[in-house]
Amino acid sequence: MIVIIDYETGNLGSIRNMMKKIGCEAKISSSLLDIENASKLILPGVGAYDSGMTKLHSKEMIPVLHKKVIEDKIPILGLCLGMQLMTKKSEEGKIEGLGWIEAETVRFRFSETQKQFKVPHMGWKFVSQKMENPLFKDMYESSRFYFVHSYYVRCENANDILATTSYSEEFVSAFCKGNIMGVQFHPEKSHKYGMKMLKNFSEM
Amino acid sequence: MVEIPRVIPVLLLKNAGLVKTVKFKEPKYIGDPLNAVKIFNEKEVDELIFLDITASNEKRMPPLKLLADIAGECFMPFCYGGGIRNIEMIKEILNVGVEKVSINTYAAENPDFVRDAAEQFGSSTIVISIDVKRNFLGKYEVIANSGKVNMKQDPVRYAVEMSKCGAGELLVNSIDRDGTQNGYDIELIRKISKEVDIPVVACGGAGNLSDFKIAINEGGVSAVAAGSLFVFHGKHRGVLISYPSQKELSNVFFENN
Repeated sequence: MIVIIDYETGNLGSIRNMMKKIGCEAKISSSLLDIENASKLILPGVGAYDSGMTKLHSKEMIPVLHKKVIEDKIPILGLCLGMQLMTKKSEEGKIEGLGWIEAETVRFRFSETQKQFKVPHMGWKFVSQKMENPLFKDMYESSRFYFVHSYYVRCENANDILATTSYSEEFVSAFCKGNIMGVQFHPEKSHKYGMKMLKNFSEM
Repeated sequence: MVEIPRVIPVLLLKNAGLVKTVKFKEPKYIGDPLNAVKIFNEKEVDELIFLDITASNEKRMPPLKLLADIAGECFMPFCYGGGIRNIEMIKEILNVGVEKVSINTYAAENPDFVRDAAEQFGSSTIVISIDVKRNFLGKYEVIANSGKVNMKQDPVRYAVEMSKCGAGELLVNSIDRDGTQNGYDIELIRKISKEVDIPVVACGGAGNLSDFKIAINEGGVSAVAAGSLFVFHGKHRGVLISYPSQKELSNVFFENN
């Protein structure tokens, strides 16, 4: 069973709706037991880094997540803030991240000549795939995904970079380190492209 | 410009049916909202904005059942506005699968509410919708309650205040251009987008696809929204739901530059 981790950050309804549409059994839950019994996890998230980490801490989810992800190595997909929480830290906050991947989360910065770029970065973008991965299996041509974020992930190991997207600069829009995957965009809001990706994840 | 800006249909709800207004008046019945959503979904629209235009004036709850049905069919960002007056309401709306909420009347009455909402749900969830009308002297003024209550505020100053309160996006709607299809009020949107760092969405007046390009290039907005253009067809304004393909949009924005 796929468990969509409910730690009170953002909108889980749209993920539930899309999983239902692709006929995939998924449960939204904040129960440690459900997480313990999950075969796969989705870590969603909208909002600020520290508030996300604080909620994971206060719900005492971190030890069981750590066990499932690092020891049992079950597939986990982080979405947007969920992806960023998997990194070591963020310029947005003071609290240490989950640190599952050698990466940091940094803010978009623009030079004087880049006034046209706004934060949050919001809209539909193409992603440029850097390596083969089941998440992109049989993906449609010129697939586009919906982004809304002010911070992005900077990976230390180029091998972990699954896809990049360009804004004021090229940034990591998807990473994959073994069973640990994260995407900066919102597949649950990305039409058939996101649907395909979540279906791919559910079939891993 | 390296990518196609967001192009967003704005759909107006009244008594659970879709309508389209002219200058915020004469709501004409268009059809069933769910049916429209299905068509827009098939056309892979960038985003949808739903505004219940009588919820605030009737002090009514948002139509949650309808929103849940729409969100179940709607795999793109989906924003709802109308009658939002407290945090609990936003929670319920997001919970059914809506992505963003648009606040208009209550933001004008109580800017602190915007601050609370942005803090609780994140700025990117909070869209502030600003309806603007020129008065008889030609001065722009913010109008709340679906065009009924003049807030006697300068929209540029108000937009800056809202962005400081944590709004993630501004939907700027020209009442004078609404439903006219005579083009966006470029002066208005340029004034506002020059002064704020957050994305501004232009609304009101789009008559053809090249209006989008003008709004982006001359108005300086990040995205464009339109109603009539996507629901009417031909000079008799027959109801026909349409949305340009990526190729058409790409031609509009990138050719003959």
